[in-house]
Amino acid sequence: MKLAVQVNEGPYQHQASDSAYHFTKAALEKGHEVFRVFFYHDGVLNGTRLTTPPQDDRNIVNRWVELAEKYDLDLVLCVAAAQRRGLVDEGEAQRNGKDATNIAPKFRISGLGQLIEAAIQSDRLVVFGD
Amino acid sequence: MADLHTVNKSPFEKNSLETAIRYSLAGSSILLLEDGVYGATKGTAMEGMVKDAMGDRKVYALRSDLMARAIKEDRVIDGVQIVDYAGFVDLVEANDKVQAWL
Amino acid sequence: MSDVKKFMYLNRRAPYGTIYAWESLEVILIGAAFDQEVSLMCMDDGVYQLVKGSDTSQSDMKNFMPTYRTLGDYGVRHMYVDKASLEARGLTQDDLIEVAWEDFETEEEVDNIVEIVDADQVAKLMAESEVVFS
Repeated sequence: MKLAVQVNEGPYQHQASDSAYHFTKAALEKGHEVFRVFFYHDGVLNGTRLTTPPQDDRNIVNRWVELAEKYDLDLVLCVAAAQRRGLVDEGEAQRNGKDATNIAPKFRISGLGQLIEAAIQSDRLVVFGD
Repeated sequence: MADLHTVNKSPFEKNSLETAIRYSLAGSSILLLEDGVYGATKGTAMEGMVKDAMGDRKVYALRSDLMARAIKEDRVIDGVQIVDYAGFVDLVEANDKVQAWL
Repeated sequence: MSDVKKFMYLNRRAPYGTIYAWESLEVILIGAAFDQEVSLMCMDDGVYQLVKGSDTSQSDMKNFMPTYRTLGDYGVRHMYVDKASLEARGLTQDDLIEVAWEDFETEEEVDNIVEIVDADQVAKLMAESEVVFS
């Protein structure tokens, strides 16, 4: 089964990112393909490399990065949502005159077309949000 | 044609469970996760609605979310099937598509 | 396998109080380029997204309500409104915008694709769609 996963909320504020992560991991461990994980609305906040969660709690951003490294996952932050919320990679920094970048590794910023494409190409779209 | 409907909000906070039940067809499956698992507990004002739904639909609840909320298995409405994330993945595969009632 | 899928955009939230209504609209606008079969389903507070007369001049927020009127040009063939949600909010079709649609190839025209549907129809339409965006 080829899956597309959408995450609508940021880390910690809602359980959406946790549920999406555990679902995605379970699917990969079962041998399914995850075509793309698309982060929309506040979900783009999962892509910042600047979080410092308490040591005794899960590190949501790092968890996604490690999963992406292990399974070569495509983690995409929606560009429009990212611009609104201040998630910046090199390309965005140059285009929009920002003096810093804050995107975590393994995440990339791209357009909403990536979500549509994922929905077309995959067998199932699973959405996690509030 | 059968769909998997996911409900992640408590039925006391939002009407998502009620709406998911109203707009799901017979033969479909409803998975309660996150705060949605409160809809699976016995003795609430929602129990009747959930039991009625189970007349022609299957209702599931995610184990880890029940446990986190101190809902022991004997407090779960009879007939609600408890699954883990692997079971969630199986449900996604077994149904035609997933509808998230956020 | 055909690359054309039946997409349903499920809108259940009011506009402005949260960003979901506007950002969902953005998905529809971008999605137009992909030529899928697209419908919008407004239920619960989502029916408020189609109410005419919004004035954001005192709110300092972008008024995106006019964008709904253009959805016919963005490949949306049906804009469904859940009857029960509408009635619970004291609204009728007269309160809602009208959205025209035209197929430029066949020249088929529809004056207004905003259509009120009852619960059975809602369930059927949602079951018939292949992808639901929430």
